[in-house]
Amino acid sequence: MTTALYRLLFALLLCFQWSSSYAGDAADFSAANSSKQAKLLQAWAAAPDAARLPLLESLQNGRVEADSNKTPFYKTDTGYQAAEGGDLEPVGKLRKLRLNNRLRGLIAITMASHQLFSTDPAVRLLAAQELQKSAKPAQLQLLNERLAQEDDADVSEALSLALASLQLIDSDPQVRLAAVRLLGETGQPLARVRLERLLADSNETDAAVRTAAETSLAQVKRRLMIGELLGQAFSGMSLGSILLLAALGLAITFGLLGVINMAHGEMLMLGAYSTYMVQVMFQRFAPEAIALYPLVALPVAFFVTAAIGMALERTVIRHLYGRPLETLLATWGISLILIQLVRVLFGAQNVEVANPYWLSGGIQVLPNLVLPYNRIVIIAFALFVVVLTWLLLNKTRLGLNVRAVTQNRNMAACCGVPTGRVDMLAFGLGSGIAGLGGVALSQIGNVGPDLGQSYIIDSFLVVVLGGVGQLAGSVTAAFGLGIANKILEPQIGAVLGKILILALIILFIQKRPQGLFALKGRVID
Amino acid sequence: MKRRPFLKTTLAASALLLSGLFPFSAHAADTIKVGILHSLSGTMAISETSLKDMALMTIDEINAKGGVLGKQLEPVVVDPASNWPLFAEKGRQLLTQDKVAVTFGCWTSVSRKSVLPVYEELNGLLFYPVQYEGEELSPNVFYTGAAPNQQAIPAVEYLMSEDGGSAKRFFLLGTDYVYPRTTNKILRAFLHSKGVADKDIEEVYTPFGHSDYQTIVANIKKFSAGGKTAVISTVNGDSNVPFYKELANQGIEATDVPVIAFSVGEEELRGIDTKPLVGQLAAWNYFESVENPVNEDFVKKWKAYAKAKNLPGADKAVTNDPMEATYVGINMWAQAVEKAGTTDVDKVRDAMAGQTFAAPSGFTLTMDKTNHHLHKPVMIGEIQDNGQFDVVWQTDSPIRAQPWSPYIEGNDKKPDYAVKSE
Repeated sequence: MTTALYRLLFALLLCFQWSSSYAGDAADFSAANSSKQAKLLQAWAAAPDAARLPLLESLQNGRVEADSNKTPFYKTDTGYQAAEGGDLEPVGKLRKLRLNNRLRGLIAITMASHQLFSTDPAVRLLAAQELQKSAKPAQLQLLNERLAQEDDADVSEALSLALASLQLIDSDPQVRLAAVRLLGETGQPLARVRLERLLADSNETDAAVRTAAETSLAQVKRRLMIGELLGQAFSGMSLGSILLLAALGLAITFGLLGVINMAHGEMLMLGAYSTYMVQVMFQRFAPEAIALYPLVALPVAFFVTAAIGMALERTVIRHLYGRPLETLLATWGISLILIQLVRVLFGAQNVEVANPYWLSGGIQVLPNLVLPYNRIVIIAFALFVVVLTWLLLNKTRLGLNVRAVTQNRNMAACCGVPTGRVDMLAFGLGSGIAGLGGVALSQIGNVGPDLGQSYIIDSFLVVVLGGVGQLAGSVTAAFGLGIANKILEPQIGAVLGKILILALIILFIQKRPQGLFALKGRVID
Repeated sequence: MKRRPFLKTTLAASALLLSGLFPFSAHAADTIKVGILHSLSGTMAISETSLKDMALMTIDEINAKGGVLGKQLEPVVVDPASNWPLFAEKGRQLLTQDKVAVTFGCWTSVSRKSVLPVYEELNGLLFYPVQYEGEELSPNVFYTGAAPNQQAIPAVEYLMSEDGGSAKRFFLLGTDYVYPRTTNKILRAFLHSKGVADKDIEEVYTPFGHSDYQTIVANIKKFSAGGKTAVISTVNGDSNVPFYKELANQGIEATDVPVIAFSVGEEELRGIDTKPLVGQLAAWNYFESVENPVNEDFVKKWKAYAKAKNLPGADKAVTNDPMEATYVGINMWAQAVEKAGTTDVDKVRDAMAGQTFAAPSGFTLTMDKTNHHLHKPVMIGEIQDNGQFDVVWQTDSPIRAQPWSPYIEGNDKKPDYAVKSE
């Protein structure tokens, strides 16, 4: 059976080598129905041909269109070009060739097997890695041939791995043994499944292969375990950094100034909308530099929210110092006004904030661990904002004044600190930092009028748990909550996890009302 | 025997007399009041606002053609503010104070369950335009959205087919409330009937507004290593944005693990950059991209209306499935009133049975003779990079709804016609 298949493939190969122009492929493909197209792709994957690359590339980029005679055309930047060469003009309306997910997957495999012939080792390596995931038994012959001719060490290794998963069903126990050992070296989730299947099926009778497979499986499982643990730690850090960014502004307005600021969430929201506005401006006036818009959005969001915060402090909040209940109601009212204002200006719909290319995708650290770029950047950014805030509060004159006013307002006023101005600036600073948080949030979640509502509770939790008036407390609390949440979530689910965390915090606050870190000494009143 | 007509004529005469006395109410007598019960604020405003606008557009259109029974329709818009008990209160207000002839409204199942007793008690008439989980058949409601067998089950059948990728394992992900839980219960029973074992089905729920999908996406990845996997998402509202972003960032592509969504349409995609989502699926009974003259006209009208009324985001106005269902529902009701010759609820209900309407989906939809649901075509669409869907599969003809899913135990004894809930 298999020999017959090889013969057929060989004949096909000969056939392709014999005819110098491969005129039929694109036309065949565009005329076929989807199951025929799948068969074509499978045949092409087993018998690659360099002349077919333009077709495959165009298919992958969705640039193949067919006219009403089903004659295929490539869409180029300037116009259309007949896929079969020549200067044919399209007849009737051109329509994009419809692909479904199955065909897209097959195109990727076929593309990879064509790229194995590339002169660039890097391209060959990528192709071999793709085939590790998806190689089909029909490609065994091809992979063997390429491996024999491969001179680059890395590509050889990748190819033999791709082969290994196909060789598990080889009739020769020696080949199977080698394949099993090779699979043990990878930490691939697929290798685990394949080995498990090999062991589960009672058809693996060779004792040596069985023991080797068992050791390999244990090895693979250990590697997967490490990847999983690292992944959990990273998602905990990432959630923590988001909580931190959301809560940091509140740590100043509530923590230092003692204002129960229910409009804090709306400062986050305004920061996110500033990001959106900057993005729109870039799209309109500088589309070539669009990738840089988040960097420009940072100062814009900071100053916009800081200005709004200062205006609120001067007009409303300063009249309410020392009356926490009224402050709570007033700021809550302000938050409703801001939400409705945004709804009127931008609509109730969420607005689209796209990630620039350097914030999309992720880096593959282990076979089962991808770290998304946007999360890495946000963790770094959260730490940067913490350091910046710390420097501002501890190394500048403004920071000195803020601390003086929080600790003893009357004494500070006696020493000539303009307490009104300091209050205003500190509130502006807190709001501005919330604005920065908003920029970061816009890169991972929704930007809509209700954005702030979903973060306000979490922000208060972080600040209260961390200890009012302490920056270090907020940082510890944010990361602690993030990691605890991510440890609990896979065990008991997202809904129960959230409830349990809340219950734990309530218990903790009962036991220690001042939070994790408390200001000590007589300055606190 | 003769008392009733007599009463009626005296009432009508006194009404005439009264309207003569009070010229302000004269106008009201010439119109038929139509209630619109959609949240215009709160979490559901995102989805429901456009349904309110679509209802107003359809009413304008009917009025421009001369109205119903020679009278103009007068919309009464109320805002239940995404607050479920408030739906019941506003519904009662529409029926008792405004005396509307019919109401178009609700999105979430929980809001419909909240108004249902009011409409049954006062014998009102409600048109519900959204796909839902079934398990309900009230004489006072007409369901113009899809029942599970018109959306969820064909979608899973597609995923199991060769073109859909021959999925063997299923990850059921949903928001934690009645619709996803019931739908997943039906799907689990359906998958069992197709020979899928419990170890190949994973069911996960998140709270409303959940925004951190790292762990769940990592779990999907782990789960998918065990065989060809498809994700069936009943995630509702804007949680979908962080979910899809996380999928893309962790490198899960539609070719490896397709995600089919039951609550993601054109309107929801407006807030997302769809480039990383190309190839992900959604199942509905209508897509804006469907090509036929009725739909072309429908989309053009909607865009013109959005621009004329200066709706927010009018330059990017899109239509979606529940909007189409609203449009069909109002038009069918108008036809039924013309046929019955009155707006009386019992007579209109009888006249609704068997009504047909050439819908934008490209099919002539029929209201079932007994079960208050539309016969609808099922379509599976793939997300494109422009935020639209490309239909990859559809049924040849409209399918009759099964509000009582045969995959839930005990449903075979339920009658296939409307009875008041106890």
